[in-house]
Amino acid sequence: MCKDCGCEEAGKWNRHTHRHADGTVHAHDHAQPHDHDHQHAPALRTVTVERRVLARNDEIAVRNRAWLKERGIVALNLISSPGTGKTLLLEKTVARLKDRLGVAVITGDQQTDNDKRRIARTGVPVEQIETHDACHLDAARVAEVLPRVVRPETKLLFIENVGNLVCPAAFDLGENFQVALLSATEGEDKPVKYPTLFAGAQVVVLTKMDLTPHLDWDLAACRRAIQSVHPGVFTFELSAQTGAGMDAWCDYLLRLVP
Amino acid sequence: MHELSLATALVEQVERVCEAERATAVEAIRLRLGALAGVNREAFEFAFPLAAEGTRAEHAKLEFEVAPAEIVCDDCGRRTTPGKIFLTCGACDSHRVRVTAGREFEIVSVEVIGAGEG
Repeated sequence: MCKDCGCEEAGKWNRHTHRHADGTVHAHDHAQPHDHDHQHAPALRTVTVERRVLARNDEIAVRNRAWLKERGIVALNLISSPGTGKTLLLEKTVARLKDRLGVAVITGDQQTDNDKRRIARTGVPVEQIETHDACHLDAARVAEVLPRVVRPETKLLFIENVGNLVCPAAFDLGENFQVALLSATEGEDKPVKYPTLFAGAQVVVLTKMDLTPHLDWDLAACRRAIQSVHPGVFTFELSAQTGAGMDAWCDYLLRLVP
Repeated sequence: MHELSLATALVEQVERVCEAERATAVEAIRLRLGALAGVNREAFEFAFPLAAEGTRAEHAKLEFEVAPAEIVCDDCGRRTTPGKIFLTCGACDSHRVRVTAGREFEIVSVEVIGAGEG
């Protein structure tokens, strides 16, 4: 009987490792009896890998970033919960910028091309990525649509990620800036609840600021929450609906483009 | 549930290692998980068997090495480990800090069976 797994039935599926008197460690399937000679599989060995789990995604993201840089394009990855107002902000932003420089948009959703149709009304190139099962965009999906959405005149590319505060933060798409959005109708402590995104984003945009008079929402507390997880992060406070704060946001975007 | 995507990415990487090493099975995968990586270990452990089914990593055991977060303070220059949520310097309480470690999610090594140079 085997001292490791105690199995006695020949042919029973039971795989394990065991050490021989000479110190070598072996693993074998139990098609063979336990009083075996050394006919089993070669020794168990450790292979050093030292690579990021998302190395493949990151390689594609690096290629995307280089591809965009060659064309002088600055890309922003917009991440927020569903309903923060990413699409409205994009519609209004694109309408303000499109006569001053080439703008293109990639929108990501689990399903539908509703956002694409909204952005398309502004007249700028737009491509929709439907992620289906996935809760985030990844670099490979973005690489597929880049050649279709980018035009010779494109200078600024917005990538509207799938509405989700957690998962998209982990996937580099090849963007230059990660923008985290938070609306006044969400809790002011969200940056503290979802620190990975807010700590990693280069820019935070507070949206729906026109609603604050109607809400029991503490702007100062929200600012403190943002600063506690990401000290010094650039923050915009605006309303795409009324246009308040949009000038500063658009000036900032124009300055990003070389 | 991006842990499933991460598990799929992990299995792809491990399969590549198996290919290069001509390994037939993976017994264990050692991972380094940073405290600020945003990866939920339980969700990852739940997702891994789904991603690994039918691959050489199917029966692999996951071993986690936890990498603590580290921040460096721009005011006092000290390196400290931040609390769970608030990123403030452990020495002087300044907010002017930068994260220097803790965001990593890496494959350290894999234990494989089969072929190789032996």
